[in-house]
Amino acid sequence: MTETAARAAADPARPPLTPYDEAITRYDPVIGLETHVELGTVTKMFCGCPAGFGGEPNTRVCPVCLGLPGSLPVANRSAVEYTIQIGLALHCSIASWCRFARKNYFYPDMPKNFQISQYDEPLCTNGWLDVTVDDPGGADAPQLVRVEIERVHLEEDTGKSSHVGGATGRIHGADYSLVDYNRAGIPLVEIVTKPVAGTGALAPQVARAYVTELRDLIRALGVSDVRMEEGSLRCDVNLSLAPRGSARLGTRTETKNVNSLRSVERAVHYEIQRQAAVLDAGGRVIQETRHFHEESALTTSGRSKEEAQDYRYFPEPDLAPLAPSADWVERLGAGLPEFPAARRARLQAEWGLSGPDMAALRNAGALDLVAATVAAGASPADARKWWLGELSRHANETATELSALPVTPGQVARVAELVNSGALNDKLARQVLAGVIAGEGDPDEVVASRGLAVVSDEGELMAVVDEAIEANPDVAGKVRAGKVAAAGALVGAVMKATRGQADATRARELILQRLGQSG
Amino acid sequence: MDTALTRMTASELATLIASGEASAVEVAQAHLDRIAATEPKLHAFLHIAADKALEAARAVDARRAAGQALGPLAGVPLALKDVFTTADMPTTCGSRILGGWQPPYDATITERLRRAGIVILGKTNMDEFAMGSSTENSAFGPSRNPWDTSRVPGGSSGGSSAAVAARQAPLGIGTDTGGSIRQPAAVCGIVGVKPTYGGSSRYGVVAFASSLDTPGPLARTVLDAALLHQVMSGHDPLDSTSIDGPVPPVVEAAKDPDVSGMKVGVVAEFRGEGYQPGVLARFQEAVELLEAAGAKIIEVSCPHFRYALPVYYLIAPSECSSNLARFDAMRYGLRVGDDGTRSAEEVMSLTRAAGFGAEVKRRIMLGTYALSSGYYDAYYGKAQQVRTLISRDFEAAFCQADVLVSPATPTTAFPIGERADDPMAMYLADLCTIPSNLAGNAALSVPCGLADEDGLPVGLQIMAPVLADDRVYRVAATAEAAFTQRWGHVLADEVPELAETR
Repeated sequence: MTETAARAAADPARPPLTPYDEAITRYDPVIGLETHVELGTVTKMFCGCPAGFGGEPNTRVCPVCLGLPGSLPVANRSAVEYTIQIGLALHCSIASWCRFARKNYFYPDMPKNFQISQYDEPLCTNGWLDVTVDDPGGADAPQLVRVEIERVHLEEDTGKSSHVGGATGRIHGADYSLVDYNRAGIPLVEIVTKPVAGTGALAPQVARAYVTELRDLIRALGVSDVRMEEGSLRCDVNLSLAPRGSARLGTRTETKNVNSLRSVERAVHYEIQRQAAVLDAGGRVIQETRHFHEESALTTSGRSKEEAQDYRYFPEPDLAPLAPSADWVERLGAGLPEFPAARRARLQAEWGLSGPDMAALRNAGALDLVAATVAAGASPADARKWWLGELSRHANETATELSALPVTPGQVARVAELVNSGALNDKLARQVLAGVIAGEGDPDEVVASRGLAVVSDEGELMAVVDEAIEANPDVAGKVRAGKVAAAGALVGAVMKATRGQADATRARELILQRLGQSG
Repeated sequence: MDTALTRMTASELATLIASGEASAVEVAQAHLDRIAATEPKLHAFLHIAADKALEAARAVDARRAAGQALGPLAGVPLALKDVFTTADMPTTCGSRILGGWQPPYDATITERLRRAGIVILGKTNMDEFAMGSSTENSAFGPSRNPWDTSRVPGGSSGGSSAAVAARQAPLGIGTDTGGSIRQPAAVCGIVGVKPTYGGSSRYGVVAFASSLDTPGPLARTVLDAALLHQVMSGHDPLDSTSIDGPVPPVVEAAKDPDVSGMKVGVVAEFRGEGYQPGVLARFQEAVELLEAAGAKIIEVSCPHFRYALPVYYLIAPSECSSNLARFDAMRYGLRVGDDGTRSAEEVMSLTRAAGFGAEVKRRIMLGTYALSSGYYDAYYGKAQQVRTLISRDFEAAFCQADVLVSPATPTTAFPIGERADDPMAMYLADLCTIPSNLAGNAALSVPCGLADEDGLPVGLQIMAPVLADDRVYRVAATAEAAFTQRWGHVLADEVPELAETR
């Protein structure tokens, strides 16, 4: 063992890692994902309190979601419908009769010290979701992976603890802890995949693609806002390694606190390397819960098996069983919107884009924005150009998501229209967008207030052209001699003189005309 | 301080108040005086709400004076078991862990009582979290049986049964999880009813065993019980196990004591060893009396009833182990050991150790064990299967008979302390009542005389199918009418004066 490796082994937070490429040659990763989605119902799962994100702590509570003695839950019909819709969209079977179950464990953020969940009778079972993964080298065609869904069930969220004082923000070492029960009782859907094997080196990307596709699907259903940063979509990543070619499954770890799409990918990547190193050294992987750390992309051990909980599940006696009729399920199925994958295929065809172009649009989070901009009247090419170009640059600079920029698809469509009509050129259009983002109003208002109209008065422009020719005799000479390409420098001079407000195409025509190069 | 008013039935009082012959305030005051005089001997109440009761009575009188319509029990006082939440009175469930806790909300039944103009006199004593058959498990000391204050009033609704029997209130409300209304009613010589499960709302009833808990009325006459049954029952959207349908016509049935042509099944399994001879003798008389009134008596066998007690002592503790998990010192109630050095888990543990009594801890442990992984199938799972068999026994029996009858309890009231250290002996008090909790059907106990050997009341249990609550009232009214003819009054009228001698 090298000195570095020995030091690494001594620090449990920085265990030795096997290089990723090596790990993959020796082991087959098997991934499993448990995703929690907070439903966007108006009220909570079992009471009438508002279910939205936020609010002053402990203001959205009542005897039921505080679990006060004597209170009883009543299931939220919308939440059941949303769950069935998610199940149908994932091609699941919908149970014709099932029950809630109590999951018993003590924790201060659980008002009743049990969570109403579902155990052996989930509402939806046995479905699938197809995801596509781009080959990282870009050489091969995107790979289609069918992720099988084990179950989709409905439960209630817990309160939210925050631990004050201490270095880690976790309960150990904290001075005191606070609990906000506003979140307690918000309907939560848990979607559990079957083990996904055979993805090899692509396992991290498959995990990410699955969560992305699931997020887009649920957003399209309109049943949740699926914001990972607000916790309305949360993900636990299970991973085990099997020796390459072996049929038996390895011991799995469950990594929690994976709070972004990028983290899903990184957590799988890290656990493959960590577990490979344990196995390489002849060790055994411990079945445990691990915590993912966003900053370092490491996972550390959480609850170990010694503390493993016996949840003492049993059917919830306070709630009547759920028995969705075939009619009801059929009606819910008929109301499902177009699924994202189908919509992407349609839009790609309509817009005439290549696969990689479409993927780029999606990865940038621009797909819906472009679609909305096209719907507002812009051409697909213009919409793509603005969102992926200038607007993406703004988003990157301010480290915000594209969709969070204070500019609407309608405004972008208007800018594109102004450019196409010749009222603006690209350079001016960029200034208009900057004005819109700066809160100066709609594009037309920005054009007016900043005085950004293209100079289109022929006489005025001709005067500037003449000045440019006079000021650059050498260049003018070259153009006269037939080097038409040199005219670019003169166009530049015109644009500079007009602070970009001239129509560059027209300026070029006038320059060439003046210098005898066009007829 | 026993007056004409405290000797009246609820329906008589309601008539008096509605006609203006007595004011609700007078009626409330008479009962408050009776409570003051007899409580030192009985300890039926944990909380007496004299001011609030008089205030509620004044409101009824004002409504009458204003010519507004009054409900059938307006102005009638009532003793409410301390397991129902009340926004203006403490709710302790007889437990130290909830000592002094005042809920921020009313139970659905509390609210219905208030809306009906019923005057809540206070909250009655009970076995801690309704676990027990004697009130000896109350953290605040036992209640006593007005027939013989050295004996228990039954339980867990023993405070309510003692209060009604002792004329502290004409009406009481209890909850029946394994017999906790019928058994105390039987040993106190009054009428107690467990409605069909889901017939009366559990919202605001601090849960013991959710699938079994059933609120119901206690009264000195069958009609009074029916009137209260009618007021407190009916669908509650806040309780998803509440039945969404009309309340069975219990008041009509109570007014129509006619069993001619009815088939009454005597449950063969409920006699023999462990049954007090005087109890069996009174039961036999009651059966003969029903036959004389025109009923056809048959014998039915319910072979799985012999497993009812063990099934109950797996299911009820399992549910209670989960229901009582919320008492953890974090949000309300007792908190022990929070000195800044201990973790939340330690405070939870210390609080629960100090706050729960021995019987509650015993059942939490039993239930935790029965639900544990590896034991679930053998205990909780098996118990649920046998529960289904017990329900089928009832179904088969009800194919042969319109109602089933048995003694309500194997013995009369036992002396305080006799069974306190013998849980198995205590559990046997509910032998005859538990099957109806497991099956969820309606059942009632009506007095059928005094046992020869000890002169203490005996109850006749009448059981009817789910949602046929009216049948138990019809049969009970028939028995009551026949006994009244024989005795010249209802049995509860024989309860001693309990003069104020300490």
